Amino acid sequence: MEKDSIFKTFAVALGVCVVCAIIVSVAATVLKPLQEKNKLLDKQTNVLRAAGLVDMKASVSAAEVAELFKKISPVVVDLATGDIVKDAKPAQIEADESNTVAIPANDDVAGIKSRPKQVVVYVVKDASGKPETIVLPVYGRGLWSTMKGFFGIKGDLQTVKNLTFYDHGETPGLGGEISNPVWVHHWNDKKALDERGNPVITIIKGNVDPTSPQADSQVDGISGATLTCRGVNHTMQYWLGDSGFGKYIKNLKEGK
Amino acid sequence: MDSKLKKILLEPIFNNNPVVIQVLGICSALAVTTRLQTAVTMCLAVTFVTALSNVGVSLVRKIIPGSIRMIVEMTIIAALVIMVDQFIKAFSYNLSKELSVFVGLIITNCIVMGRTEAFAIKNNVVESAIDGLGNGLGYSVLLLVVAFVRELFGFGTLFGYTVLSTVNQGGWYVPNGLLVLSPGAFFLIGFFIWGLKTWKSNLITDE
Repeated sequence: MEKDSIFKTFAVALGVCVVCAIIVSVAATVLKPLQEKNKLLDKQTNVLRAAGLVDMKASVSAAEVAELFKKISPVVVDLATGDIVKDAKPAQIEADESNTVAIPANDDVAGIKSRPKQVVVYVVKDASGKPETIVLPVYGRGLWSTMKGFFGIKGDLQTVKNLTFYDHGETPGLGGEISNPVWVHHWNDKKALDERGNPVITIIKGNVDPTSPQADSQVDGISGATLTCRGVNHTMQYWLGDSGFGKYIKNLKEGK
Repeated sequence: MDSKLKKILLEPIFNNNPVVIQVLGICSALAVTTRLQTAVTMCLAVTFVTALSNVGVSLVRKIIPGSIRMIVEMTIIAALVIMVDQFIKAFSYNLSKELSVFVGLIITNCIVMGRTEAFAIKNNVVESAIDGLGNGLGYSVLLLVVAFVRELFGFGTLFGYTVLSTVNQGGWYVPNGLLVLSPGAFFLIGFFIWGLKTWKSNLITDE
């Protein structure tokens, strides 16, 4: 039969596709457990980073992460009331698909359309049992992607401990700098919330003027990443606001 | 190794370097060369893909109908790249985050497609494998040289270890910010082309 006949063309195309598909799917299936493990480890490492227990640049082994993670107590919070759900299991909450609620369009500043009803929050307690750092999971729409991160807030419920984005698809070198420790360093010790618990932290264009009265709650912008920075601002506004963790934070303040 | 294979292997490293002489694969050469570690991973990945895609295409070269030749080549390349990406994600998660889209973009690296189309489609399996390997190595040589210079003078480190202690760590060295940015790589590749053409003057094409 001729090499260029229609039948032959289809046969070769089919054959090549089947072989390639088998190779790719075998690789993906076999390696999946390892990849999932890496993902979980990466997430935990980022919780620890947001809590200030691991340096932003340091790489830690799985054993160290497991050891440090003992200091952290995961707590399930119901966002609508801000109450702690006592009998919920953190591992199950994240896998439960019915645990989502749509966000009304006029409230959806972060551009995420829906949010979990119950969220796992990571609390680091000091010796007397008071919360020393609280790590809140946050996510929001950036320029290209949904940026997922952890936001660590200190026990005074105002000051930023740290911020890490562990999963995003922003432009490397521009928006992707949101996960660069050098930039994240600007967030440390800024005021995220005012006395009444309203979110005040914003990324501004250019550098923060240290003499400005708002310098305390402003963060240097990343040049070339205006839209990503806007996304981070909106994410913070949403998650620290009343529809996000606002009620939980107020409850904590009142000592509940 | 007989002299023909040796020639196929060594030719693309200096005399016919894919990046310097053929000016292919520049995009990733700019993007992943700020640090040696990412550059090494990228080199391994590209060398692996060029060698194996050449083997794959060469294996089926006699039965590929001309009309779907390029699509078949692309499918083989894409399958290999996905495999590499999966492996990096499984065994070196942090590197995969740093390399982000660039592993996937090996698919569009002109060196890979160029070699299957120019060489593997008409040569036997062994020669194709060696040709892919040689071109991968040629790409690697350039990537490593550029990454070495950029990391050393841009960050003061090599493979993450401090060599020149920088000012913001309390040392004396003021890092060269230009090298960290993509234009820095352009300058370096320019110098590299200049150097190579001065050394091997037979490569200069007529003006």
